[in-house]
Amino acid sequence: MTQQMTGAHSLILALESAGVDTVFGIPGGAILPAYDPLLDSTKIRHILVRHEQGAGHAAQGYAAATGKVGVCMATSGPGATNLVTPLADAAMDSVPIVAITGQVASAAIGSDAFQEADIRGITMPITKHNYLVTDPAEIPRAVAEAFYIASSGRPGPVLVDIAKDALQAMTTFEYPQSVSLPGYRPVTKPHGKQVREAARLIAASRRPVLYVGGGVIRAEASDELHVLAELTKIPVVTTLMARGAFPDSHPLHLGMPGMHGTVAAVGALQRSDLLISLGARFDDRVTGRLDSFAPGAKVIHADIDPAEISKNRHADVPIVGDCREVIAELIVALQAEYSAGHRGDSAPWLATCQGWRDRYPLGYQSQDNLLSPQYVVERIGAIAGPDATYVAGVGQHQMWAAHFVRYERPRSWINSGGLGTMGFAVPAAMGAKTALPDTVVWAIDGDGCFQMTNQELATCALNGIPIKVAIINNSSLGMVRQWQTLFYDGRYSNTDLHSAARIPDFVKLAEALGCVGLRCESADDVDDTITKAMEINDAPVVVDFIVNPDAMVWPMVAAGTSNDAIQIARDLKPVFEDDDLP
Amino acid sequence: MTLHTLSVLVENKPGVLARVASLFSRRGFNIESLAVGPTEHGEISRMTIVVNLEDQRLEQVTKQLNKLVEVLKIVEIEGAGAIERELALVKVKADAQSRGQVLETVQLFRAKVVDVSVDAVTVEVTGNRDKLEAMLRVLEPFGIRELVQSGMVAINRGGRSITDRSLKPAPPVSLPNPA
Repeated sequence: MTQQMTGAHSLILALESAGVDTVFGIPGGAILPAYDPLLDSTKIRHILVRHEQGAGHAAQGYAAATGKVGVCMATSGPGATNLVTPLADAAMDSVPIVAITGQVASAAIGSDAFQEADIRGITMPITKHNYLVTDPAEIPRAVAEAFYIASSGRPGPVLVDIAKDALQAMTTFEYPQSVSLPGYRPVTKPHGKQVREAARLIAASRRPVLYVGGGVIRAEASDELHVLAELTKIPVVTTLMARGAFPDSHPLHLGMPGMHGTVAAVGALQRSDLLISLGARFDDRVTGRLDSFAPGAKVIHADIDPAEISKNRHADVPIVGDCREVIAELIVALQAEYSAGHRGDSAPWLATCQGWRDRYPLGYQSQDNLLSPQYVVERIGAIAGPDATYVAGVGQHQMWAAHFVRYERPRSWINSGGLGTMGFAVPAAMGAKTALPDTVVWAIDGDGCFQMTNQELATCALNGIPIKVAIINNSSLGMVRQWQTLFYDGRYSNTDLHSAARIPDFVKLAEALGCVGLRCESADDVDDTITKAMEINDAPVVVDFIVNPDAMVWPMVAAGTSNDAIQIARDLKPVFEDDDLP
Repeated sequence: MTLHTLSVLVENKPGVLARVASLFSRRGFNIESLAVGPTEHGEISRMTIVVNLEDQRLEQVTKQLNKLVEVLKIVEIEGAGAIERELALVKVKADAQSRGQVLETVQLFRAKVVDVSVDAVTVEVTGNRDKLEAMLRVLEPFGIRELVQSGMVAINRGGRSITDRSLKPAPPVSLPNPA
């Protein structure tokens, strides 16, 4: 007879069987039974966080850094609702995570019991799928399906809510060898005819652009992209989610497109005759005003999620499939086109794009006696190098981190792109560092973001997770302040955080949380401070960089306007000489 | 904007109606009519959903619905090949004086009287939306006291079934061995 055990024990065995080595979580009443067998697990390291939101973002950081499924655990009610933001974030950015939550006993469900919340109902629109398990015998299958759904197709978050009595009841354990889901059959292999049609358009195009999104990173398709780009000599733009998918040092790279994209990337998309979209989703932050986006371009749109294709912009050639397989097949189809003598001349176009890139590089103006935030970020990137992993919060510092760190490899850049979750950096960096203990992990954070989730530094200090945090302290909610400068006549309503007045004192706060706290206020000290932070590997380090509060993120396309209205500085537009386009 | 009738086959599991309804609400699609019921297969339910949309938005609705793990199949029921039916129960004022006229109307529309009282009759009518609207227009002057109407159900003409192929078990996907 198979061994009898509790549902809770079965849950832990199921997580082990799914290959879980790390769980971020906090116990509480309804999930309590699961924490007892967890204590005996030799395969799973549980990291006790300080807030469930931290557990969720840590699971995201773990997943984004490795491609493996990240796992977080929380109790019912407020424990579960604190996971809502990370789940929504993971859904937007296609991050594979599984959340395990305790639920009140099945007989109490619906009675407004203590710490009861309908987390399955709450998370329906922000998860890829979710489960409410009330029968202990269902636990292994629910866990197996959750990991399969989270990691296959377009990755995403899956929540498994388990009633307390199901965790306590006796059951037997058997982990399924396979899953069979009649309504879930992700298409990974592209349609050959569509790929050949795409190759035909690419071969004939004169002004093509490879518009690369986060799907290329999720699909581990960077090597294939490299081959495709070099074969075709087509310029590449990488979206905020795709930074690192293609090396920044590569001559075909034009940088990031979008609201704060480079002149070359934005200009090239606008003037293109063919967008080859790979794992990107025509987000409003990339397209600007949709009806004026890339007006002369045909669109090849490859994505693993059919619902993304033609959602915002009509696709002339839709390709449903995994980016890695799509690009691999596209390379073969293009080689066939080229050997048949079909090859349009896109060399003049590449030269034009590279001209824009050389004429309008990313840059910034320093102000006397004030530390430029861009300089700080640039120096961190230069000193920590391309082998480090960089994690950002949301706002100006995020854009500077996307601009001024040079990314050379996929998964070296982790941020909250779609949902734009302030406070993402510290816990996500914790997750990334847990997964990759030998990699230097820098959280590049803002003083606003940092105050939302810095409690996880205590978790880092106690669990030997020595992340490095650079607070780009401009004493304000900088991006909102920038919009107030530009669009609200400089009326700074509720954006001054007074952080420079040292409330809180980030150095003392870091020390109180068991970290090393450093401060840097002048350009002369930047390199030394970063080097010092790099040398400390037995504790988390927080550096408070006091920077110019008036620094702004440029280039910029104002919200709701056309990408043609891109400005490289206030009221300063680049010149494209459109009459000379090839 | 046009009306489209979608037949959505779903796994008969708790919460699936909430999932579908929540998707429509979250994506800003308006449901004109909704009917849910069992099919000839115990494990599959069928939703008939009427939506009012532009054509290119319909593609988005279908694709988003297809992403729900418990949605098995979506078919648009359209054109002359479609049989669409709604059911209404109408309580109409009818005293000795007017009852004759009311009954005549009922007969004209091939509806049925299912209850009679001193001052009212209750009529059961089935048909497509146009027929129901026409009958209600004619009954209106007598005084409609109460009206209850079902969502539309729809099926295609001919011998083929849309459920057959959804019954095929999904090919099992092997899970990686963690050891």
